[in-house]
Amino acid sequence: MDIAQLQAYGYFALTTVLVIGLYGYIYHLYSKKKDVDGIDYESYSDMALKDDIDDTPVSSISDEKVTREGVKEK
Amino acid sequence: MENRPLEYDYTIAKMFMLTTIVLGIVGMLIGVVLAFQLAFPGINLFLGEGLAEYTNFSRLRPLHTDAVIFGFTLSGVFATWYYVGQRVLKVSMAESKLLMILGKVHFWLYLAVVAAVVVSLFAGVTTSKEYAEFEWPIDIGVVLVWVIWGVGMFGLIGIRREKSLYISIWYYIATFLGIAMLYLFNNMEIPTMLATSDVGESGIGAWYHSVSMYSGTNDALVQWWYGHNAVAFGFTVPIVAMIYYFLPKESGQAIYSYKLSLLSFWGLMFVYLWAGGHHLLYSTVPDWMQTMGSIFSVILILPSWGSAINMLLTMKGEWQQVAASPLIKFMILASTFYMFSTLEGPIQAIKSVNAIAHFTDWIIGHVHDGVLGWVGFMIMAALYHMAPRVFKREIYSKSLMVAQFWIQTLGVVLYFTSMWIAGITQGMMWRAHDEFGNLAYSFIDTVTVLHPYYAIRGVGGLLYLVGFLMFAYNIYKTMSARPVEAGELQSASPMGA
Repeated sequence: MDIAQLQAYGYFALTTVLVIGLYGYIYHLYSKKKDVDGIDYESYSDMALKDDIDDTPVSSISDEKVTREGVKEK
Repeated sequence: MENRPLEYDYTIAKMFMLTTIVLGIVGMLIGVVLAFQLAFPGINLFLGEGLAEYTNFSRLRPLHTDAVIFGFTLSGVFATWYYVGQRVLKVSMAESKLLMILGKVHFWLYLAVVAAVVVSLFAGVTTSKEYAEFEWPIDIGVVLVWVIWGVGMFGLIGIRREKSLYISIWYYIATFLGIAMLYLFNNMEIPTMLATSDVGESGIGAWYHSVSMYSGTNDALVQWWYGHNAVAFGFTVPIVAMIYYFLPKESGQAIYSYKLSLLSFWGLMFVYLWAGGHHLLYSTVPDWMQTMGSIFSVILILPSWGSAINMLLTMKGEWQQVAASPLIKFMILASTFYMFSTLEGPIQAIKSVNAIAHFTDWIIGHVHDGVLGWVGFMIMAALYHMAPRVFKREIYSKSLMVAQFWIQTLGVVLYFTSMWIAGITQGMMWRAHDEFGNLAYSFIDTVTVLHPYYAIRGVGGLLYLVGFLMFAYNIYKTMSARPVEAGELQSASPMGA
């Protein structure tokens, strides 16, 4: 098997893997509806709608920072 | 000062808003001059014979494209990043001295590179690669600007409060990574001073000259992989980032389907990179590569429409806002033009259609309904949304916005319809032959027939420029108006309310 044939098989395999990955992801999104943290994907729209600096994050990166923010608010 | 509540810091966003407007005027003005030069060639000499070198079409053309792509659009991308990034990550630039310094260095270095580009292109110093005309010293500057933006971007993401990244952030990251990869690979070049000729001469040419590392068909392939994806990651991905933030924000509506936005994102990333081959149909590149370019271009309709339909459906039940708010008008027209040009592009990429469309003005029409209708409208809408919030003043005139909207819409329509007719006429005339296979028309026959359409295109472009000047004036008057109290401003927006 020469290099061009190998490239062609490799290309086909890669495309197949990516297609399965993409469709798998779509299936996951619509069947589970929530991400690993248990947050509904649709609620992430709030990241844009409630984006003032003192708005509560949809999911906070750490409680510590929220507290710090809370303190600053006062 | 210590007790002052934390606020978003828009210093850098404001700086880039300024360059968006100034470079937009420059790029569009040169575009209008070029359009009229094509219709009336005498305008090539509008500053006299002595300065013809600087005013002819070929010298000005790269200045137009580069000013619009790397000046107007990129400035708009940076301006919105420094606005949207902070807000959806819920972290202020003011919280990190390093990020502020990086932002300022980013801006000033960008400005220096822009100045170098303008001077060098006016002087005729170019690598002659389309949209990659800059010589190697400028390329190094571009890479520096990009890396600094990236460090600032990931720095801001690193100190965020919001755990997840909003869909717009994904698109900004993709812009950063996509352009970084494309720009580096397409601009691989060797300064001629390092070369030695067959007869042993060394130090050939000026110090700033270079030649591409690729040649012939390979060069064409890399060039159009770059060229097409510059459209992807410069004109599509960051503009989608903008509309995913600004349309929901301005209308007060949540994105119709956040899940659809995620899968459209990955679909776009998956498909776009393979479509560039459609620029090289019927050329010397391997046939399978041309076919692949065509097929991926057609598949590209799905993720593009996924985003566009998602935006239109975001307005579900709230369509009265389109009538009430000029800002929503701009964004809805932008997403409609996005749908329109992402359908038109794949049609042109079909081999049999391309046999007529290739090298004709239809391609120019396609580019402009995308850039004027989608990119331009969305960036102006973004700046209109940002202006009252960053300057803490009301928008100067809503009626001026409405007038601008209709003038520019008419301009875009005149532009693309004239180019459709011109392009298809051109394509048909070039192919026409008699029963013995002799060509029916010579090139000058097509030029004569196309003249009126070129004139209409010039008028369309001029209308768009007039609208852009109205936009610039509106923003200028907004900046210099009486400041309003924060509370007062909150209740005065969104516009349609």
